[in-house]
Amino acid sequence: MATTNSRALARLMLVPSVVLLLAWMLVPLCMTLYFSFLDYNLLSPGTEEFIGFMNYEFFLTDPAFFESFFNTLLLVGGVLLITLGGGIGLAILLDQAIWGRNYVRIMVLAPFFVMPTVSALVWKNMLMNPVNGLFAHFANWLGMTPIDFFAQIPLLSIIVIVSWQWLPFAALILLTAIQSLDREQLEAADLDGAGPFSKFYYIVLPHLSRAITAVILIETIFLLSIFAEILVTTSGGPGYASTNITYLIYTQSLLQFDVGGGSAGGIVAVIIANIVAIFLMRLIGKNLED
Amino acid sequence: MGSIHLKQVTKDFGDVSVIKPIDLEIKDGEFIVFVGPSGCGKSTLLRMIAGLEDTTSGTIEIDGQDATTTPPAKRGLAMVFQSYALYPHMSVRNNIAFPLKRAKINDDIIEEKIASVAKTLNLTDYLDRKPGQLSGGQRQRVAIGRAIVRQPSAFLFDEPLSNLDASLRVNMRLEISELHKSLNTTMVYVTHDQVEAMTMADRIAVFNGGIIEQVGSPLELYNNPANRFVAGFIGSPKINFIDIEPSTIDGTCSLGIRPEHIEISTTGGQWAGKIGVIEHLGSETFLHVHVDGHDTFTVKTSGDCPFKYGDEIYLSPQKNKLLHFDATGKTLPNIA
Amino acid sequence: MANNNSIKTKLIYTFIAWTISGLIFFPILWTLITSFKTEAEAISASPSLFMFDWTLENYEDVLARSPYFNHFWNSIVISIGSSILGLLIAIPAAWSMAFVQTKRTKNLLMWMLSTKMLPPVGVLIPIYLLFRDFGLLDTKVGLVIVMTLINLPIMVWMLYTYFREIPNEVLEAARMDGASIGEEILYVLLPIALPGIASTLLLNVILAWNEAFWTLILTAANAAPLTAFIASYSSPEGLFYAKLSAASAMAIVPILILGWFSQKQLVRGLSFGAVK
Ligand SMILES: Nc1ncnc2c1ncn2[C@@H]1O[C@H](COP(=O)(O)OP(=O)(O)OP(=O)(O)O)[C@@H](O)[C@H]1O
Ligand SMILES: [Mg+2]
Repeated sequence: MATTNSRALARLMLVPSVVLLLAWMLVPLCMTLYFSFLDYNLLSPGTEEFIGFMNYEFFLTDPAFFESFFNTLLLVGGVLLITLGGGIGLAILLDQAIWGRNYVRIMVLAPFFVMPTVSALVWKNMLMNPVNGLFAHFANWLGMTPIDFFAQIPLLSIIVIVSWQWLPFAALILLTAIQSLDREQLEAADLDGAGPFSKFYYIVLPHLSRAITAVILIETIFLLSIFAEILVTTSGGPGYASTNITYLIYTQSLLQFDVGGGSAGGIVAVIIANIVAIFLMRLIGKNLED
Repeated sequence: MGSIHLKQVTKDFGDVSVIKPIDLEIKDGEFIVFVGPSGCGKSTLLRMIAGLEDTTSGTIEIDGQDATTTPPAKRGLAMVFQSYALYPHMSVRNNIAFPLKRAKINDDIIEEKIASVAKTLNLTDYLDRKPGQLSGGQRQRVAIGRAIVRQPSAFLFDEPLSNLDASLRVNMRLEISELHKSLNTTMVYVTHDQVEAMTMADRIAVFNGGIIEQVGSPLELYNNPANRFVAGFIGSPKINFIDIEPSTIDGTCSLGIRPEHIEISTTGGQWAGKIGVIEHLGSETFLHVHVDGHDTFTVKTSGDCPFKYGDEIYLSPQKNKLLHFDATGKTLPNIA
Repeated sequence: MANNNSIKTKLIYTFIAWTISGLIFFPILWTLITSFKTEAEAISASPSLFMFDWTLENYEDVLARSPYFNHFWNSIVISIGSSILGLLIAIPAAWSMAFVQTKRTKNLLMWMLSTKMLPPVGVLIPIYLLFRDFGLLDTKVGLVIVMTLINLPIMVWMLYTYFREIPNEVLEAARMDGASIGEEILYVLLPIALPGIASTLLLNVILAWNEAFWTLILTAANAAPLTAFIASYSSPEGLFYAKLSAASAMAIVPILILGWFSQKQLVRGLSFGAVK
């Protein structure tokens, strides 16, 4: 496989990546952990003092935490539901023989490449604005009262926007997986007289299970950290109605300058993400073996 | 110059010892073939000679110089891989030129050498193609061309022909032998293939489980195998073994008799048997004979063999060709 | 008859697929169209898809506000700079993991992946404070560093999966042919892996171009890339729909085009090789 020579060199070549990532991960994380035990406000520097778990107590008992925790769950869960359901549907559709499949694929994929701030703004102003938005025009045309999306259903609106961004990702991954399905299996099922539903349920779905897990876990990692879409559309409001944990910590630390509280929140967020990460790493780790 | 001297060479992968201490002297200009069952360490030893693997202990001398820790680039050896390992992004010309360029040889000389190698190997028309556009045999030739162009002190081949179809393999075998004759450079050649080993080698080294069982010329190994393993490994179809009651005279535990050293008779002989499968090869015939109390015997006879499936016949070994093995498998002198 | 039938199914599927994909694409299309309208037409209660006076005035307006070029330039520097820097760091690491495997290689890869899963808010405050103290806030250098680091694991992973597909023997052949390790990487590995390296670069340019957490938090007027600049339209300026559209269009079109080229690599890169 290799000789001492190349092995030493190989270790040397790993150093930059490892050192940089170690620094990037450990240094700030330790600082966050340290700050989380301090009473530390940027507005009154020099008055830091050790206060034990107080920050955690405040953060975890703050009603805002509960609200944003559930918002986070709803956001992640809602987007996952929509993108997975839609993604499977789209993947199956795009797998059929259709005219202009490449163009269809390009169109479906496009939202993924739109930067979050642009998609949030476009949806907020041009589609969902209660006066000038396209949806409002459409409602008026139908003779209905336009919905004020970000006042009435802020979280749902954000879920819709984020789903629109992530649907292409789910569809693309699932499509790739479907295309790797052994056609002979389906033909054999045809010969056995299986209907479309049982073919989907007994052959396609199990084949997709790995891709579905991958989509769930990868999206979850990103969705836990949704930020720009909230900042641009609702700023977390009204009240905390559309604040997720990431956004809550942002307001606490950089808008209210409460470094201690924000840090405690950050550590909580890390713990939540870790739970997801463990499952994801298992999945990918398994993949490494083959 | 290209003598290679292995002294007490070993190789461990972690806790697994893949090469037990091996001593081997490869003479300049010699064609030596490594054979042995899969996983016995042939490739590993070859790669150690090449410098692609570390040597755990012992020394490797090339041309009298200790090269144990010399990096592969500095050993002056060339290797031809089973997968050819051509550079897929380079034309044939550049593949062959690569080692010369690394040696900082001047462009005009490179051109000359490529032209002469291409001529030798019939590659002149393909010089501007990429390896992907060549057939297996042509790729093999490019790989060889890349190896010979820099005039190494020895060539290392790791099963170079195993990806080719049978007829091409025969052709390439001849070409490599031819090359050896004309270049007169040391070649170390790893193969699975009996016929390649027997036909090409000056000497064969038979490997088994990380050791060399025997080194010798093809006929030496065939006629005087050092032990039961070598007897069983060299020769096709395989030698027949007969387990016997341990002899009280010299301790013989088993006998070996090659298929061509068995006489057939319809009237009487040492063993009575019934013919099973018959393989007609035209020039010769192989009979698989079931003998009561023994395994199936393989017997070689002439092409015009009159027997058919199920015939009862008698077999007798040519006594002076019987090989005697003791309990450890070592060959004993034939006292008959 | 069967043939007729299958054409009918194909027709139906085609219709459904085009309708759905049209709906998905619509917000982008609408943005592109609106960018060519006048502001009055842009908010008209009876909007028109094509029948209006096409105008380029919004683009002229947005570009006339000179910062736009600055931000565009920032985006380019940050995304391309961080991708190239990342490649320089990731290629040696990927080489060593792909070709000199040890028992720890797998753990190392998983650990790199795990850094990617660290939620940014977990390190938000220290990074902010460190950037403040080192004078990196609102600088391109600062953002290039952050982007390089957050995308480094993906780069190493992608390169690793590409390198793994290159047979070791080809590199060994180079070594036998007298190439030093440097020459082996330069003349053999990199050219063979070029398509993979290009797609790694491409995907990372896209990811960095669209990153919208650190860019929003660590930049202000000076180093803000387009993500942050566009966010400034969330103030009342956003009510100028046509200009918003023009600015958005210029921000997304380059990356849309790049993105379409990198569809396949996207799957591999973002699923860390779990789906190929
Ligand atoms: N990098 C490695 N790490 C651990 N074990 C190895 C490694 N390379 C080879 N081995 C082991 O060393 C033994 C010898 O391998 P080697 O490739 O030399 O066999 P071989 O004689 O060439 O077999 P074959 O005829 O199948 O090519 C095998 O059991 C193999 O599993
Ligand atoms: Mg081998």
